Amino acid sequence: MSDTRTEETAAEATEVGTPEVVAGSEEARSTAPRRKGGAPALGLIGGLRFIWTQLTTMRTALGLLFLLALAAIPGSLVPQQSISPVEVNLFLQQHKTLGPIYDKVGLFSVYTSPWFSAIYSLLFISLIGCIIPRVAVYVRAVRAKPPRTPRYLHRMPAYVSTELPAADGQPADDPGQSAAVVDAAEAGLRKRHYRVVRHPDGSVSAERGYLREAGNLLFHVSLVFVLIGVAVVWLWNFRGDSAVVVGNGFANNLAQYDDFKAGPLFRESTLSPFSLKVNSFDVKFETGAVQTGAAREFKANVTVIDKPGDKPRNATIQVNHPLHINGSTVHLVAWGYAPVVTVRDGNGNVAYSGPVIFLPQDGNFTSAGAIKAPDGRPNQFGFEGIFLPSAPADITKSGPQSVFPGLYNPQLFLDAWTGKPGKETGIPESVYTLDTSGLKQIMNPKDKTQPLRFILRPGYEQKLPGGGSIELDGVQRWVKLQVGDSPGVYIAIIAIGCAVLGLCFSLFIRPRRVWARARTTKGSTVFEIAGLDRADARTGLQEDLADLLDEVAKDQNPAKQETP
Amino acid sequence: MTAQTFSSLALVTSVVIYALAFSMHTVEWASARKIRADKISLDATDTEAAAVREPALVGAADATSPDRVERVDRSGPAARSPQSPVDRLGSDQPEPLTARQRSETFGRMGVSLTIIALACAIAGVVARGIAADRWPLANMFEFTTMAMVIIVSAYLVLARMGMRWLGLPVTLLATVGNGLAVTVFYVAVAPVVPALHSVWFFIHITAAAVSGSAFNIGGLITILYLIKKRAEDKGTVGAVLGRLPEAKRMDVIAYRVLAFAFPLWTFTIAAGSIWAEYAWGRYWGWDPKETWALVTWVIFACYLHARSTAGWKGARAGMIAILGLAVFWFNFIGVNLLFAGLHSYAGV
Ligand code: HEM
Repeated sequence: MSDTRTEETAAEATEVGTPEVVAGSEEARSTAPRRKGGAPALGLIGGLRFIWTQLTTMRTALGLLFLLALAAIPGSLVPQQSISPVEVNLFLQQHKTLGPIYDKVGLFSVYTSPWFSAIYSLLFISLIGCIIPRVAVYVRAVRAKPPRTPRYLHRMPAYVSTELPAADGQPADDPGQSAAVVDAAEAGLRKRHYRVVRHPDGSVSAERGYLREAGNLLFHVSLVFVLIGVAVVWLWNFRGDSAVVVGNGFANNLAQYDDFKAGPLFRESTLSPFSLKVNSFDVKFETGAVQTGAAREFKANVTVIDKPGDKPRNATIQVNHPLHINGSTVHLVAWGYAPVVTVRDGNGNVAYSGPVIFLPQDGNFTSAGAIKAPDGRPNQFGFEGIFLPSAPADITKSGPQSVFPGLYNPQLFLDAWTGKPGKETGIPESVYTLDTSGLKQIMNPKDKTQPLRFILRPGYEQKLPGGGSIELDGVQRWVKLQVGDSPGVYIAIIAIGCAVLGLCFSLFIRPRRVWARARTTKGSTVFEIAGLDRADARTGLQEDLADLLDEVAKDQNPAKQETP
Repeated sequence: MTAQTFSSLALVTSVVIYALAFSMHTVEWASARKIRADKISLDATDTEAAAVREPALVGAADATSPDRVERVDRSGPAARSPQSPVDRLGSDQPEPLTARQRSETFGRMGVSLTIIALACAIAGVVARGIAADRWPLANMFEFTTMAMVIIVSAYLVLARMGMRWLGLPVTLLATVGNGLAVTVFYVAVAPVVPALHSVWFFIHITAAAVSGSAFNIGGLITILYLIKKRAEDKGTVGAVLGRLPEAKRMDVIAYRVLAFAFPLWTFTIAAGSIWAEYAWGRYWGWDPKETWALVTWVIFACYLHARSTAGWKGARAGMIAILGLAVFWFNFIGVNLLFAGLHSYAGV
């Protein structure tokens, strides 16, 4: 427990013989293993007990906290599988020896690695083991009366006293007067929210600040609930995303997700059966000189059907303003361009027509993608290339790179492949890249050694040597919608709120003890008040006691004296 | 002149004046050494005894400590000093411009300059807010200048409470901080990216700025505490370090400042995580900034635990607090500039 607190009290306690109620459970606990440690064999139970007592010491908690801080760091230095899988692959390719080692020790998934889990599990256990005995100690402390008045009050860190003058016609050591002044002190202390007891010897002792330890316990218990909340979220959460081209719709079932992750206890049946259609998507960019091209607004306008049979309703989804549908939250997490193309085959029939999602590669939305027309006859077609929403004026200088994220000068750069119609393999393949196996690149008819490369602007059509054509009809945008639910997160949030509250109590409440007594010696009565700050020395104790003394003794017209 | 130009001008001016204030405080401390030099040659032990004899009692005014050193010094064999004939008479009225008075004068000038520099910095931050038409905390430049305003304001309040000894490190920090802000971190005014359009922007970043400022002040006090404690342990406290309160007391002050910062930092992280759900669709994603904020939090939790662990309280706990401050800085500067993450809105 708080050694800071007990340390300061300890000296006083031995000196004045104060019964120390809130003893540091740290000390109390750590004596146990010492006694046991002397025995030659601990036995199984003894061994477990020893481990338990060690685990729940403050020193262990300190070490584990340090380890946790240390263990969290590599995750920010090494790319993480769950955050940037692409970079992990890159790292593995670039570091042939280091990569596999990193992989073995879990450096690519630090926060789910066994060693990370081990540290926080131990901390969790240590925390619980720490809380339980302290709650018991605290309950006893709260029930206990403030400790009795020490004999020598002037030895306390703060002390004020005054000699009470004899009232008219009374002896100077009038017990009635002593009682009256102690009564006044008692009332004054109660007014200051102290818990006060009057002792048979006529003195009072008072204590306040019980909420400090309560706050500390609340804080540590709340931490347990934060962890519980996090565990609940992890078990039942789900999160999936789907890229939807403006004008198209999305229905909430697993088949429609491009990517879906869920906790082990998630059941598909819990997905709420909503559907939505993206009507339009507004973006604005910074066109000023500073941070040119930085996004200034994203807004998707959607029509939502909460469940089959419900009336459609309109809604918007913006960054910072997700849409809530029956417990699921729909976020707008990314967007990009989808060139709308029409591919005609050698027979002149439309082999593909529609938008194709291209993935942004940089901040100016230079986008990469693949256009597939497997239904072309006699030959199928495939295209791979880059889309620039704002191509630079002179492409030869800067290469095919967009210079602005907005749609000012759209150009589509393509390579083309062709081949015999493939068999349906049923193996899912990426829609963003072209699998060129079985296909032959179409070469430039003017220079057969060079592949055919061409640029399409909206409305342009490229005839392909050997029949067929591709036309860029226009450009559409797509948005990536993320649907998710984190049940249990409110447990964690409320627990953090309680933790902060408890923390404030435990850090800012300063427990204090005060004693007051009227002492009669050699025919005169001295009224004395002494105090002790039980947490970190707080300034003002002396002043507060002086205030109290003034208040209590003001009608006694005393010759007040203070000791420094 | 546009509000933006005015803002930059005011902030650059503040850097210059902070630097002046810092040099005043340097002279203040340096002249305090003179006091010591007088003494040392005469009676070193007496001086040390006086410095260590700081009242251990609660509520002792720190401001009295230099006086105390002086007085003991004068009444002791220092009276033999040929330069202080007045002192020999035991009078409290030393001759004009003793080392101590010089030190005091420069100290006051340092504080006055700090007030002027702070006024400039506040004008700069306010003008920046007007120029940007929003709460000026959206990038490293704005965060740094705002944090420096908070730190210096807090210091001036503390200085009134007898903690003028913080002047030297605080003016140094403000000079370096605002200096970096107007040179390295500077970005012109621009509207913020959509992710920052939120009340949580105000809540989260303001809490971060305030608790970050408190970490800085607490860290500075801890550094001075460690220096003082070392000197006390070795028994080499001279007049310079005698200006500082007793080490034990500095430890308590540092603790209070950090204890104020910690719950607020906890809140900062929680608020950030709620905002992350709105803006990025997840509460916690181990983004570098998030990770390092947690590391900072855990280290300060270590500090609080170390303070109540036998064998760790005192200097070792102080080292942890300084480590915490270092990690805070790394999270602010290093993570913003070195890592690509969702938090990379520094704009640099
Ligand atoms: C998840 C891990 C933990 C965290 C984040 C944590 C955090 C904190 C914080 C921030 C405080 C400051 C409140 C104060 O100083 O009063 C504190 C105090 C305290 N903690 Fe923990 N703690 C953790 C685990 C533990 C464990 C396992 C123990 C048991 C050994 C423990 C025992 C204490 C005690 C006794 C105090 C009171 C110190 C005092 O009053 O000065 N903590 N803790």
